[in-house]
Amino acid sequence: MQTHAIDIQALKRDQPQPSGPAGPAETSLRMEQLNLFYNNSQALYDINLEIPRQRVTAFIGPSGCGKSSLLRCINRMNDLVDGCRVDGRLLLENEDVYDRRVDVAALRRRVGMVFQKPNPFPKSIYENVAYGLRIQGINKKRVLDEVVEKSLRAAALWEEVKDRLHESALGMSGGQQQRLVIARTIAVEPEVLLLDEPASALDPISTLKIEELIYELKSRYTIVIVTHNMQQAARVSDMTAFMYMGKLIEYDDTDTLFTNPEQKQTEDYITGRYG
Amino acid sequence: MKMINEQDLHSERAPRVKAWVRSGEPLIWLNAAAVSVSVIAVVGLLLLLAVRGLSHFWPADVLAVTVSYQDQSRELLGEVVEEVEVAGVQLREAGIEVQGPGPYFRRTLLKQGNRDFLGTDFTWLINEQFGERRLPPDVVVVERLEWGNFYGYLRGVSRFNAPPVTVAADGPEATWQALQTLITDTVAVREEIRRIEQVDIGAINYELERLRLRERRLELEGALDATAAADLAGMRAEQEARFRVLQEELYVLYDSIKDHSYSAELADGRVVTLPIAKVVRAYQPNDMGVFAKLGMYFERLWEFLTAEPREANTEGGIFPAMFGTVLMVILMSIIVTPFGVVAAVYLREYASQGFVTRTIRVAVNNLAGVPSIVYGVFGLGFFVYFVGGELDQIFFPAALPRPTFGTPGLMWASLTLALLTLPVVIVATEEGLARIPKSLREGSLALGATRAETLWRVVLPMASPAMMTGLILAVARAAGEVAPLMLVGVVKLAPTLPLDGNYPYLHLDQKFMHLGFHIYDVGFQSPNVEAARPLVYATALLLVLIIALLNLAAVSLRNRLRERYKSLEH
Repeated sequence: MQTHAIDIQALKRDQPQPSGPAGPAETSLRMEQLNLFYNNSQALYDINLEIPRQRVTAFIGPSGCGKSSLLRCINRMNDLVDGCRVDGRLLLENEDVYDRRVDVAALRRRVGMVFQKPNPFPKSIYENVAYGLRIQGINKKRVLDEVVEKSLRAAALWEEVKDRLHESALGMSGGQQQRLVIARTIAVEPEVLLLDEPASALDPISTLKIEELIYELKSRYTIVIVTHNMQQAARVSDMTAFMYMGKLIEYDDTDTLFTNPEQKQTEDYITGRYG
Repeated sequence: MKMINEQDLHSERAPRVKAWVRSGEPLIWLNAAAVSVSVIAVVGLLLLLAVRGLSHFWPADVLAVTVSYQDQSRELLGEVVEEVEVAGVQLREAGIEVQGPGPYFRRTLLKQGNRDFLGTDFTWLINEQFGERRLPPDVVVVERLEWGNFYGYLRGVSRFNAPPVTVAADGPEATWQALQTLITDTVAVREEIRRIEQVDIGAINYELERLRLRERRLELEGALDATAAADLAGMRAEQEARFRVLQEELYVLYDSIKDHSYSAELADGRVVTLPIAKVVRAYQPNDMGVFAKLGMYFERLWEFLTAEPREANTEGGIFPAMFGTVLMVILMSIIVTPFGVVAAVYLREYASQGFVTRTIRVAVNNLAGVPSIVYGVFGLGFFVYFVGGELDQIFFPAALPRPTFGTPGLMWASLTLALLTLPVVIVATEEGLARIPKSLREGSLALGATRAETLWRVVLPMASPAMMTGLILAVARAAGEVAPLMLVGVVKLAPTLPLDGNYPYLHLDQKFMHLGFHIYDVGFQSPNVEAARPLVYATALLLVLIIALLNLAAVSLRNRLRERYKSLEH
């Protein structure tokens, strides 16, 4: 089927090859018949999805399709919303995230999240990265120093900020702030990284840096990214889920989904007919 | 043709006015006018307070004048306080004969002092009755502990253990020097006496009172056996022995100054002899240069700020009132800040935002509008009589029937004002909490922090400038409050400061003095209105300055916090 979709091969040509482990990926996250309600209105309908470990999975779809809601189900950020209710199952390494015995704080340490707008705390760069560890009661300077450096290096920020670690994080550029937030998130060694439109508030160069970073990070983390930008989804992700009106329309290899979508709706969306 | 022209003009002007109105120009002028009026009002108020209050401390020249009225004449000596015009009709109706053409006459308020000899120390005089005005250089002004100022001519000084010095025998210079030396010595001795009486004997009295309370407590518990009684008697005897030693010292000190005296001639020629022990300072204003007067000015200003009041608060300083005001405001801040912040955190962060929370919030906002005297009545009824009475029953039964906390005092005043200012702190803190971006809370929660950890590590530090704003408003309101304080702890004269060297150092049960109440007392309860008036201005100025200072301190602290947490642009 000939489509006017994005030329996925052209996009991928310039990228370094994924550095994830070879072979078929194991499932990290599994959603079974997941429904989400805000008070009386339903936001997600019967989502069934398997997210592979150490791969990048992208959620795409028009505004209000529920992709961010789905993402926020994974680390139970939706708990903060009054009147929010989830049914169905969401399994992280075969444990139900919505089980009554789950410690939400512990879950969120395993599932890190980066938001749309950079949200560094009004503290120094160092303290921002060390925040998650201090919460866990780790206050030894030697340990903190080591983790801060490692995390900033992993977020490709170390060279830029190593001389001003104790200055306020609010003095950094937007792109640097977002990479700082990523460093802060990976400092607590999560298993899953949730990225909620991480580059939508950034300029193209910063966006590029974030995308390169996602590429680097997927060898160690299961990454789920929500994006508005289909080129971005095509560039960074291995798997793509297309959502529409709270339903999962199609889920497949990124290459397949973009070049040969099964559903008419998917094709219409990626060729820019709506959304 | 002409008609048309006029019409043209008219139709042109109307749109121009309309355009001017639409441009917003009139509104700008209106705003500027409002601001100007406010600024003028505030600056004018401060200037009035400063001029009227601060000029009081200037050592004014002393005028000597012969006043003749209906074939009688008398000599007068005193400072000109003010000169005003008065209608002749008014004077004639009061039975005073005036000679001049009128219809208005100038009259002068003269501070003639010498209340012990002349009866009144202020007198109104019609200027036309004045003879020649003189400024004799040898006039002496003596500030005294009793009877107000003395004005006269020094004639001699007699000393304890030394021959007298007189102007006639030794010359004016030597006599003046002898007087000054004696005053300096006497003031030093008096300081020593005061120290012994207030600090040392005060401590002994305090200790004796504690022994009495301990005895009473043992008695109440039925544990007052022979050993305990002997113990107590021993300790009491020890204190009494110490007291006798101090008393001996005091007798010696009193004796050493009681025979110093000076004799002086009044304006009317009488010669009187007065004790130097009651003298604060003496000076000859007509003989002083500008710099000498400046020196005297600052000396008197310093005395005003640091000394205790005397003569029913119309003389001396206002230090205890200043101290009481600041201490009470600080205690109030310490009480109100944690309470307000905790309440605001609960309302904003934890309580579900339903009908009950909304009702509570409205109630809190409305509490800020309750008249302060209502809080005073509540404080008296609830804190003083109920809580204080219970505390006395439980913790201080030995002192009963004399109340310890069951009477107005510093703690109840601070608590009442804390209650009064609580709404302000709650509202400001809540607004601060509401302004903190959701993204920062989510960022912290997403890192595995609990809500409490997020609150403690991210939200509260960021809301601290808002808390400071609340505290600033609270301080501004509390420091100027008088009405409720009159019911719950302020008195016109407190013998001791609520903070001293006797355990437990901070006496929360004591009554205290307050600048606001001091203004009321000096201005409206004083027997000597003319003497008190400048002090009212000076005290008011000081109160305004202290409130401004407390506010500035809080504002600068807030600005530093803001600088640190300025990320509210999210």
